Amino acid sequence: MNAAQYKTWDEFMEGVWRQNPVFVMVLGMCPTLAVTVSAINAISMGVATLFVLVCSCGLVSLMRKLTPKEVRIAVYIVIIATFVTAVDYAIQAISLALYDALGAFIQLIVVNCIILGRAEAHAAKNPPLPAMINAAGMGVGFTIGLLALGVVREILGAGTLFGVALFGAGFQPWVIMVLPPGGFFVLGAWLLLFSWWARRKAGLPAKEATPHV
Amino acid sequence: MNSAPIEIRSAPHVQSTKTVETIMRNVVYSLLPICAFYVFQYGISALASIAVVTGICLLTERFFVRTGTQAGRLSDYSAVITGLLLALTLPPGFPLWMGAVAGMVAIALGKALFGGIGFNVFNPALVGRAFVQAAFPTAIATYTPSFLPGRFTEFIPSTLAWPLMIPAEPTAWLKAKNLDALAGATPLAKWKFDGVIANADELLTSLSGHMAVGPSPMLILLCGAYLASRRYMDWRIPLAVLGSAALTAWLLFAFDPARYPNPFFMLFSGGLILGAVYMATDMATSPVTPKGMWVYGALIGLLTVVIRYYSGLPEGVMYAILIANAASPLIEKVTQPIPFGRGVLDRAKKRATYPLNPGYISREEASAVTPKKRFLPNKPKK
Repeated sequence: MNAAQYKTWDEFMEGVWRQNPVFVMVLGMCPTLAVTVSAINAISMGVATLFVLVCSCGLVSLMRKLTPKEVRIAVYIVIIATFVTAVDYAIQAISLALYDALGAFIQLIVVNCIILGRAEAHAAKNPPLPAMINAAGMGVGFTIGLLALGVVREILGAGTLFGVALFGAGFQPWVIMVLPPGGFFVLGAWLLLFSWWARRKAGLPAKEATPHV
Repeated sequence: MNSAPIEIRSAPHVQSTKTVETIMRNVVYSLLPICAFYVFQYGISALASIAVVTGICLLTERFFVRTGTQAGRLSDYSAVITGLLLALTLPPGFPLWMGAVAGMVAIALGKALFGGIGFNVFNPALVGRAFVQAAFPTAIATYTPSFLPGRFTEFIPSTLAWPLMIPAEPTAWLKAKNLDALAGATPLAKWKFDGVIANADELLTSLSGHMAVGPSPMLILLCGAYLASRRYMDWRIPLAVLGSAALTAWLLFAFDPARYPNPFFMLFSGGLILGAVYMATDMATSPVTPKGMWVYGALIGLLTVVIRYYSGLPEGVMYAILIANAASPLIEKVTQPIPFGRGVLDRAKKRATYPLNPGYISREEASAVTPKKRFLPNKPKK
């Protein structure tokens, strides 16, 4: 297979849909559950991760022939940490409120296994362009996953969407949705929905034989 | 019947006429007087709450049974029990839409996700209540006094809150009835936050209408006694729960009577009686071994008193039962009865011999051939 034949769209959609980091691979759960209290937080986290993912995968891919196999993880981490630091300062400069809301989870992008996984599994074996396209797909997929959680949790937990009040003044917030258990419940509900959808698309019956014990 | 096929199955062969449906139906019967008295105490708000919560439980159950996600049938009455119990644990003026959320979560999260009746790890009604307790902490702590005048003609204002909206505060409504806002506090909340201990007749009846006691404890004990006498419920669990709670409370009371309330107050306030008789005895979530039942009940009683005394919450029965539910597989494992002839430490008794006399082995077994292991050929790769 030579470089010109890459199916770029497929490569991109791989991360958005078939290998979605949140809903299919269930990776990077720490930020997924912790910062998705509101849709804005979720999008910011997603975009920050997307940026780090694309840049570091591109650099890892460029350096793939120079990197000795024995120290490759250390090299990846240094590359990722560089971009994370840049994102960290950028967010701090753009909006301090957002920076406080995301807390330590921006720095923790360094150890997000989606990024290290992409670097190890894809970027280290492919030329820069396909590696970056694949990484961009993963990043977009991750952002969509975070947004799906953030929207539900913000609507139920605060009655707002992107900060705009949806129900007027008398809304009763569901306190549990802003708490960690709410994150688990919403994630579980989305996983359920997506697996049901995937089964339907594959033509499998949604109904399984009831277990008899 | 003579054309019925011969069925070969392993032990136990003793059959009982008790089916799941009979047991559940009798539990529902025994709950009806309690619900009736509850409605008499709190009026149409309580009636609406019971009807809506039970209805939503049944609808959710129907959905999951229809889509094949969970075992069981709608007619086995288990969803009715969940609904009635859930409604009895909620405040009478609980907004109906929150009650509906609780009922849906109880069946969907507490039961259907585990596979339906008999598969659930936690008591479904308590799962629903724990969810709304975490989601709407203010509404679930807002009680109104029982035996209010005009309770059969007018709703408690918070009952009819619009979906997703904050329910009305009952303070102004109670003032119009010449009652102060504190009249609505439960006995436990009064004790926890104001240091007032209710006296016995107030706890048992609350006929003066100044106390928000939940469903009547005496009636629950009576109905529980009916269930236990008909063997639809094991008497060990409620006895262990109440005994251990009373013992813990009594020890603390004897230690420092000024600081800790008397054991009678601990037993008859809040939901301890309801929890002990109806929630802890849920067959799917409690141990089956007799010794395990004692351990399980004692754990609930102890945890309840500990949570009530030493946590920020006034009531602890719900979390105590949920924790004990989670522990019940472990309790079952360590309380397995020892088969006859075995020593305590799981080895054969000294000098006891069990000769493998061929006479003991049935002919089929003696000539049985162990089937050889068959290896499936590897699947052809596509």
